Amino acid sequence: MSHNILVKGLRFAYPPLEAGGPTQWVIDGLDLSARAGEWLAVMGASDAGKTTLCLLLAGLAPHLTGGTMEGQVVVAGRDTREYPPPGLAASAGLLFQEPEAQLFNADAEAEVAWGLENLGLPAAEIQDRVDAALAQFRLEHVRHRPPDQLSGGEKKRLALASVLAMQPPVIILDEPMGGLDPAGREEVLAALATLRRDRSATILMTESDPEAVSAFADRLVVLERPARQPVDSARGQAIALEGTPREVFQHLEQLADLGVSAPQLARVAATLNRRLGTQFDFLTIDEAVPALAVHLG
Amino acid sequence: MADTALQTTGLWFRYQEDSPVLRGIDLQVPRGQFLALVGANGSGKTTLVKHFNGLLRPWQGQVFVYGQETAGRSVGELARQVGFLFQHPEQQIFSASVRQEVAFGPHNLGVVPAEVDRRVEAALARFDLSAIANRPPAILSYGVRRQVTLASLAAMDPPILVLDEPTVGLDARGVGETVAWLQELHAAGRTILLVTHDMGLVVEHAERAIVLSEGGIVADGTPADLFGQPELLARASLGQPPVMALAQALSPWGLAGDALTVETFCRAYEALYQARSLASTPPPAQEGRSTTGGDDRASQRGEGQP
Repeated sequence: MSHNILVKGLRFAYPPLEAGGPTQWVIDGLDLSARAGEWLAVMGASDAGKTTLCLLLAGLAPHLTGGTMEGQVVVAGRDTREYPPPGLAASAGLLFQEPEAQLFNADAEAEVAWGLENLGLPAAEIQDRVDAALAQFRLEHVRHRPPDQLSGGEKKRLALASVLAMQPPVIILDEPMGGLDPAGREEVLAALATLRRDRSATILMTESDPEAVSAFADRLVVLERPARQPVDSARGQAIALEGTPREVFQHLEQLADLGVSAPQLARVAATLNRRLGTQFDFLTIDEAVPALAVHLG
Repeated sequence: MADTALQTTGLWFRYQEDSPVLRGIDLQVPRGQFLALVGANGSGKTTLVKHFNGLLRPWQGQVFVYGQETAGRSVGELARQVGFLFQHPEQQIFSASVRQEVAFGPHNLGVVPAEVDRRVEAALARFDLSAIANRPPAILSYGVRRQVTLASLAAMDPPILVLDEPTVGLDARGVGETVAWLQELHAAGRTILLVTHDMGLVVEHAERAIVLSEGGIVADGTPADLFGQPELLARASLGQPPVMALAQALSPWGLAGDALTVETFCRAYEALYQARSLASTPPPAQEGRSTTGGDDRASQRGEGQP
């Protein structure tokens, strides 16, 4: 049982809009697991339940959202039904899709320190971790600035610095690359890669950038888009595709139906295969250049 | 002047005394242009575009909409000319239902009720929101809320649209719907100013791209001009679409380096492959001068490759 994330038979519905209204499952029958040190990407359409899954893993759903939950979610050995969010904070760190949702302190430094103070760490240790996190994400120049005066990208990096400074064994990231420029993306991905290597952190990220997924994720899960009309009876299939990014990104037509983008180079490979009868399966530049060079002769 | 939709002259802005965010921006956007504004996080993109609907006012310099200075004109007045899509949907959603949210803008502009209804239903249909029109926006996912804000803007139908990262958080289908909508608006003569980190969008849709770095304009030209300068892209912390990087990596084999999209790359590659196949089985009697010349050059350079 070395799973850092274990999800079994999970169904979840938010509270109905009116009392006695129909139950609408947002996640409908999900089984998922991730080992220590594993990097899992989750893709899916806008309303496939990705954010809800993140909230469930951090225990915010159902503890703060209410609603109906069936099945089991275990994070770093803790069943989220038995541990409300404060008891899970040391186990699972969550980066929200919108950084404003988690920035509320007087300045950037206090923001990073807040979670560490709640963990009850000694002051010197807190200071060390704050300094390191601000340096790692190029935020030293805004150390004493209120979060609402930061740019979109700076806010995102500050939120991530706050989560990673807590060094949780499980890191949940909801669209971590959204709105970041290439330098910001590289920083985020490099910081995550380091945490995984040095601490065997388990990473689960929802992500719409297929290039980031194919470059970093060990495994990719694509969630089915649930019906928009209430469904009370039928138990749907929450996972449409699962495998390594290379395996999943071969199903270009199915991905399009699921509302998921494929890497540009996978689309190049598929187009050339169709027109020239080749059998390319590259995803990255490093794979594509030698393959095409050989083909060109 | 009426041919200029948006203009700034010597625009400086600062949030804090000691650190100007915009440093003397001179920009002119002709009516009907599809302009992309790109640059690193913190380069001043959002700060610049917020001047066009009066949310921010210059510290120094001037801002004009259709030749008329924005000083002294309210956000509400400017909203008739400049439709604005915020970077984060919760900055602009407040109604009780999706339908009310989409109706709010045109209603506020004084559009007659029957026309408001027509525009709202069309916008809901376009962004795949009809089935959830009665739901409260607050319970919807980020991507769907983003679509609600796009539908709101579509229903207002302003002559100038300023969109701050409209595709972040959208799924592939949502991006496709948004891009199709922008293309239609462009064809209908609307002026579009798009702030984005998605270089693929810039390459495929913008007529002109402006690069902002540390509060100043460092490049201004067609997307092809811009993406042909890897050192500039690196300096401004901009990414290159993978297909462009691949085209450049294959240029020693003779691939045209200007392939910017999957389709143009594949066409260029096919042409190159066929030309090289013909060249490698040379019909001895024949000599197509221009083709052979090109291929020779390509294969010579190709041999130098590992």
